[in-house]
Amino acid sequence: MLDKTGIAKRIAKEIKDGYYVNLGIGIPTLIANYIPEDMDVVLQSENGLLGMGPFPFEGEEDADIINAGKQTITTLPGSAIFDSAMSFGMIRARKVNLTILGAMEVAENGDIASWKIPGKMVKGMGGAMDLVASAENIIVAMQHVNKAGESKLLPRCTLPLTGINCVKKIVTELAVLDVLPGGGFKLLERAPGVSIEEIKNATSGRLIIEGDIPEMDIN
Amino acid sequence: MNKVFNNADEAIHDIADGMTLMLGGFGLCGLPENCIAALVKKGVKDLTCISNNAGVDDFGIGLLLRQRQVKKMISSYVGENAEFERQLLSGELEVELIPQGTLATRCMAAGYGMPAIFTPAGIGTEVAIGKEVRNFNGKDYLMELAFDADYAIVKAWKGDSMGNLVYRSTARNFNPVMAMAGKITIAEVEELVEPGELNPDHIHTPGIYVHRIFKGTNYEKRIEQRTVRKRQDA
Repeated sequence: MLDKTGIAKRIAKEIKDGYYVNLGIGIPTLIANYIPEDMDVVLQSENGLLGMGPFPFEGEEDADIINAGKQTITTLPGSAIFDSAMSFGMIRARKVNLTILGAMEVAENGDIASWKIPGKMVKGMGGAMDLVASAENIIVAMQHVNKAGESKLLPRCTLPLTGINCVKKIVTELAVLDVLPGGGFKLLERAPGVSIEEIKNATSGRLIIEGDIPEMDIN
Repeated sequence: MNKVFNNADEAIHDIADGMTLMLGGFGLCGLPENCIAALVKKGVKDLTCISNNAGVDDFGIGLLLRQRQVKKMISSYVGENAEFERQLLSGELEVELIPQGTLATRCMAAGYGMPAIFTPAGIGTEVAIGKEVRNFNGKDYLMELAFDADYAIVKAWKGDSMGNLVYRSTARNFNPVMAMAGKITIAEVEELVEPGELNPDHIHTPGIYVHRIFKGTNYEKRIEQRTVRKRQDA
């Protein structure tokens, strides 16, 4: 079973040289730490920055330079700043190659729910609805089950949707799965030490298992 | 063409109960701090506020919420404000949550003189309820209307007396698109300069969009998430 760092490390392997990538809040933010140094990747932050750099050194924080998670960050040589409309313009126009975000639920048809629990929690969708509606390649980083032990990979989402038929891949503490165009979660890899039986028990949506399922390589 | 006001109190003097205001900023970054303080002092009520976030409990729009001056918020993300969430769940506050790109682009449409935009954001979700859907090239889009705001209140880094504005780093965010979208736009700036001091090639918001400008004071520029790395990590 992977911890959050392990999930981030595994997803980092999906990033290719030359990609522009938008990383969501939470586990996706950690992925920036595991992109190989010899790879040319530009991170987009939807509050209006291309070329997001690491956190500033202590004492060099600048309140005017933050990411979409409101964290103090830095720019890099080659960074560009723009307004919020242009930021979502480049997302809508599919200039961003890969979007990685968290979720509360994903359905076997690729629907995603991530922004609201009626009567309990309303934080808002932020930029997630724009991102999932336009991105060609969407990876969800999340825990396989919720705090109550219930599967988050479902036949149908039960919470208000963020987007429909959009998630392509899911990486959890247990497994890597593709969401097939015709529906269903295709098991691709197991986390180290995790059995297929454990993954079956944690997945309530249709799970497709074909042939040998290798263990993830997260190093 | 002198648009200079002395301070926030004078710049917002005619904002009245029940009006619709746009407020620039993302989180606590690039907020029109002086105008928010002046609105709290003036005590105007029943405001509709269009702003990406709702501040935190004791800063930004959170200050207006605490005084119950806001009737309705139109935002994309409000997760940082416990008082907001309480007023929302108890029904005291009317809230319209909309996708962030939709929010920005509805501002842009107003500033570009376009009545509506089409976006795929929200298709198939509760955001789409009651809205016209159009199919272009095999994909569904929602029709979203340009905003109609009485005032847009923005924060810039530098501005001149003609209203030309330059923003600094990611404090730009929603400010330029909101500046274009108000019937009356009020800009507060850290540095107010004479015409000619700003390079025309570097101006982000042309002064034609800005009606009032003043030099703000005592910027707190609060940081919401202070994240740093230690020198030895480098």
